[in-house]
Amino acid sequence: MPRWRLLRPGYLGTEADRATFRTLHTATQMTSELRTGLTQASAERCVRHLARLLGSPAVAVTDTATTLSWHGRGQTHASLVGPLIEQCVADGDTTVHDHRDFACGQPGCPLRRAIVTPLTVEDTVVGTLIAFTPTASAGLVRAADELARWVSGQLELAELDVARTSRMEAEVRALRAQISPHFVYNALTTIASFVRTDPDRARGLIMEFADFTRHSFQRAGSYTTLEDELRSIERYLSLEQARFGDRLAVVLRIAPEVLGVSIPVLSLQPLVENGVRHGLAAKDAPGTLTILAEDNDYEAVITVEDDGVGEDPERVRRALAGDESMDSIGLGNVDERLRSAYGDEYGLVVETAPGAGTKVTVRVPKYAAGVRA
Amino acid sequence: MRELAAILAVTLVTTATLAVGVFGLRVSRTTSDFFVASRRVGPFLNASAISGEYLSAASFLGVAGLVLLRGVDMLWYPIGWTAGYLLLLVFVAAPLRRSGAYTLPDFAEFRVESKGARQVASWLVCLIGALYLVPQFQGAGLTLSALTGSPTWVGAALVATVVLVNVVAGGMRSITLVQAFQYWIKLCALLVPALVLWLAWRGDGSPTRHLHAADWVEPLQGPHATYLTYSLIIATFLGTMGLPHVVVRFYTNHDGRSARRTTVAVLAMLSLFYLLPTAYGALGRIYASDLVASGRTDRVVLIIPDRILGGSGGTVLTALLGAGAFAAFLSTSSGLVVSISGVLSQDVLGKRFDGVTGFRLGSVLATSGAMLLTFGTQGLPVAHAVELAFAVAASTFCPLLLLGIWWRGLTARGAIAGMVGGGILSGSAVLAVMVGVSAPGWAGAVLAQPALLTVPVALAVMVAVSVADRARVPAHVGRAMVRLHLPEAVEVDRGSFEPSKDRPRASAT
Repeated sequence: MPRWRLLRPGYLGTEADRATFRTLHTATQMTSELRTGLTQASAERCVRHLARLLGSPAVAVTDTATTLSWHGRGQTHASLVGPLIEQCVADGDTTVHDHRDFACGQPGCPLRRAIVTPLTVEDTVVGTLIAFTPTASAGLVRAADELARWVSGQLELAELDVARTSRMEAEVRALRAQISPHFVYNALTTIASFVRTDPDRARGLIMEFADFTRHSFQRAGSYTTLEDELRSIERYLSLEQARFGDRLAVVLRIAPEVLGVSIPVLSLQPLVENGVRHGLAAKDAPGTLTILAEDNDYEAVITVEDDGVGEDPERVRRALAGDESMDSIGLGNVDERLRSAYGDEYGLVVETAPGAGTKVTVRVPKYAAGVRA
Repeated sequence: MRELAAILAVTLVTTATLAVGVFGLRVSRTTSDFFVASRRVGPFLNASAISGEYLSAASFLGVAGLVLLRGVDMLWYPIGWTAGYLLLLVFVAAPLRRSGAYTLPDFAEFRVESKGARQVASWLVCLIGALYLVPQFQGAGLTLSALTGSPTWVGAALVATVVLVNVVAGGMRSITLVQAFQYWIKLCALLVPALVLWLAWRGDGSPTRHLHAADWVEPLQGPHATYLTYSLIIATFLGTMGLPHVVVRFYTNHDGRSARRTTVAVLAMLSLFYLLPTAYGALGRIYASDLVASGRTDRVVLIIPDRILGGSGGTVLTALLGAGAFAAFLSTSSGLVVSISGVLSQDVLGKRFDGVTGFRLGSVLATSGAMLLTFGTQGLPVAHAVELAFAVAASTFCPLLLLGIWWRGLTARGAIAGMVGGGILSGSAVLAVMVGVSAPGWAGAVLAQPALLTVPVALAVMVAVSVADRARVPAHVGRAMVRLHLPEAVEVDRGSFEPSKDRPRASAT
């Protein structure tokens, strides 16, 4: 090839190169769909691309029982492929079938052969890819096989994503159930100390405790409003204040405009608890916990700050990275949930140093697609 | 003497605004109130804030000027600007609050699940905001010029600078308390002089000269009056729900119910306020009818005290009115600039800049764009210029909101087509009028008041394209409708976890 052709604008490679690009492009288009798992919707959006890659007149994507979507001619066959799927699910092998096996009764039917390949996730067949052709060449069988394997890989990644989401949700459930035993013990002993001297206060504290546990255990859904979360924090803090007395001062400065913002449930509570337990409890002198919620146009900015003993930044970094051995309740989990809900730029920001207190900043957009309490 | 008092009053308001921007945040937030629920913004406070932000130069100066100029037909301006909230109340307020959307682009994205619709809505917010800013700057220019005799660009530049400094410095950021306070300042600044002038008018023997001219008291005078009037009604009634700086305030309401209550309170507050410009217009007809000939009717509110009282009494009242007018320009412009810059930094400038830089750049762009447009416009009456922004809002966001809330069939393509179509039609008419293009006969009437044509066209396009595209009705329309229409008190799973593209939903396995 002469050199000047390489310099020509718009030159996109040889025919073979371009075929590769086309194939890769088709594959990319399917990736995001397949990453949502094998559903009717994703199958319908992908089947067209699959047919193009295989170059066969009709392609079907099925789950383990029925056809999810069909592309190309002879849609009437969609209900006839049941036995093919069954056999494939049982064997887990790629098989080629004759028209007999899915006879439609039409003598001139162009779909003479069916290549059935399994789609597997972790060695379990979750569906099949069926390519219909006039004649089944070894090349086409190979291509169908490879394509099914690629689709299976994408589906496995989808499964992985689902696993990650459900792990996070499980962690939230655990977080909810795990009101720290120390806290329960301390709250109860504090209340006990008031029972004789100040029965009214004791009764009030018991009510706070009851409401606090109810909020922690009961609320369904992954999101809550900032108002509800702050109210639960208020209850928690009033119990801690009863225990610490003058040693714990609390300052709340909340912009009323942001009370309605949706945030992941229990995303502030762990920060406050960390501040009290690690920052202030260890300090000898009285300390102050400051919670600020500010309105910043399309964002709410919430900071939880204590003037306690502080922490080694390296340890915080490890806690944020999800190191289980760190004794900081859910810091990594909060960070991960904020990132997954709003994107990576919305992670936790922790400013701390030994002896200098700790300040944790959370930014939350007022609106994010799919995030509502 | 007169100039001095006026300058003093304007300086006072300006510094007060700046000071509130710098310190107000702290003042309004220092309570370490321990009970979160008690910090909720009640309907009354929020309604004051909405009214404070809403009542702009057009309401403060323009309505009186138009009433003086053209008589009773112009009463549709204040009526329409109030009644817009009635439609907002009935069709939009509660569902919009329940949607959880903060801005109109948010609502578009929420309802039709499309980033494209969001982008279109963002551009429209910028367009409407800029169109709305122009008369504010224009009004500031002529106020300062009426008070001190300065050239008109001085006032415009002053307001633009103050707003820019304030917004960039981080003050004036939609603080409910501050905006609520603005409503009462504006009301008093108009009400107190009005009472004094009314008493003076009574003392003068209640003259009614010039009021009985047929072309002033009789409605529907002049060519195409019926069309123009209905078009004005459509624009103002339907445009209110599409104003970017008003909609964001509904987010502050606690729930759908309080959003409705807020709107009712807004209706009451606006009804009270709009009595006053009308009174000024009528007084102007009696005492300052020469302004009609000189074409400077927008100044009537500022000139009237001198005409009726004269002397130091007139000077004090003029100063008070000037200060109120400046409060109006500053509060409305700040709200608009904040809204536009938020949208610009979020959706238009994209991720090229970090949040704060993007926001500041956005506010600079918004202000300078509106300033350029202000210099390009040809002496349109202030109230008419504001109403043109309403016409664009009515032709774009009103169909989106009404159909989005009340019709399951709306699709992303339909919404985009309707918004783009309505936006182009109404926007080009409005821009043409603003830069001074005029046409004879019907074409001129349509250019001057496009809403009666463009709103139905936008609605029809949105419906037609959606019907043609009905295979692509958003996947979660049922869920969206439940969220929009079900009162919050009803315990039901609203499907709060709705993973976006990169967070896959559970597979069928």
